[in-house]
Amino acid sequence: MIPLGHYLILSGLLFAIGASGVFLRRNVLTLLMSVEIMLNAVNLAFVAFGRQLGEVDGQIITFFVMTVAAAEAAVGLALVIGLFRHRESLNPEAFTSLKW
Amino acid sequence: MASEALLFYAFAAATVIGAIIVVAQRNPVYSLMSLVGSFFGLCGLYVLLEAPFLAVVQIIVYAGAIMVLFLFVVMVLNVPREDAAEWDRSHPLFRPMAMRVGAALALLLTVELGWALSRTPGLTAPIGEDRPAVSSMAELGRVLFTEYMFAFEVTSILIIAAMVGAVVLSRKRDD
Repeated sequence: MIPLGHYLILSGLLFAIGASGVFLRRNVLTLLMSVEIMLNAVNLAFVAFGRQLGEVDGQIITFFVMTVAAAEAAVGLALVIGLFRHRESLNPEAFTSLKW
Repeated sequence: MASEALLFYAFAAATVIGAIIVVAQRNPVYSLMSLVGSFFGLCGLYVLLEAPFLAVVQIIVYAGAIMVLFLFVVMVLNVPREDAAEWDRSHPLFRPMAMRVGAALALLLTVELGWALSRTPGLTAPIGEDRPAVSSMAELGRVLFTEYMFAFEVTSILIIAAMVGAVVLSRKRDD
């Protein structure tokens, strides 16, 4: 059997990759994909802790996170389509009209 | 037991390499395909953690529904590749102040994570060795519809709100 620490390190690694994607990429779509990677990293940690404790709650939280991720993707992609229609660009630097 | 460790490292490598390609790739279509591969790796990890329901949902909902949604948008918008030269010129992380503060925060987070990991008990023992896994769908459904009933219903409202929101946001204005 694999130790819990391995799963947690893998989860942290995935979260770091997703976070660096959010900071480094200049494309709103790739930003959303990086957010999905981060959500999945957290899911993995939840399931690993649930397995460690022999409880079903970790899996249920993961289930809720997946539904919220689906809603987030739907609204986020609708926003991306709207933004692209206005600016003909997906670079987040192009969407600064609300910036003070 | 050796084969389980082998499977874990194979799935972990698939997940991490897929995620790295998502972030490193400038073409969004390739990023997306790599993300699907990464999700398949995670599905394998869920099987190893004895959560078969989540493994199936991961494929159906994530690799299926959500990724198809992304793919539709990438294809419909005909997203261009990111321009490397423009990236070098305009990236906000190249501002010196942002670079220093960001590096300090990242270092702080890494140290905190290492500290938390070093203090968590039972990290090196095989996962859940003294507790049986709860992997039956019947048990999952029972808890979902009793203890988590309220959260479940709220989620359904959230999904309706998201659906209406997506339709309103992406509709063409004809005024």
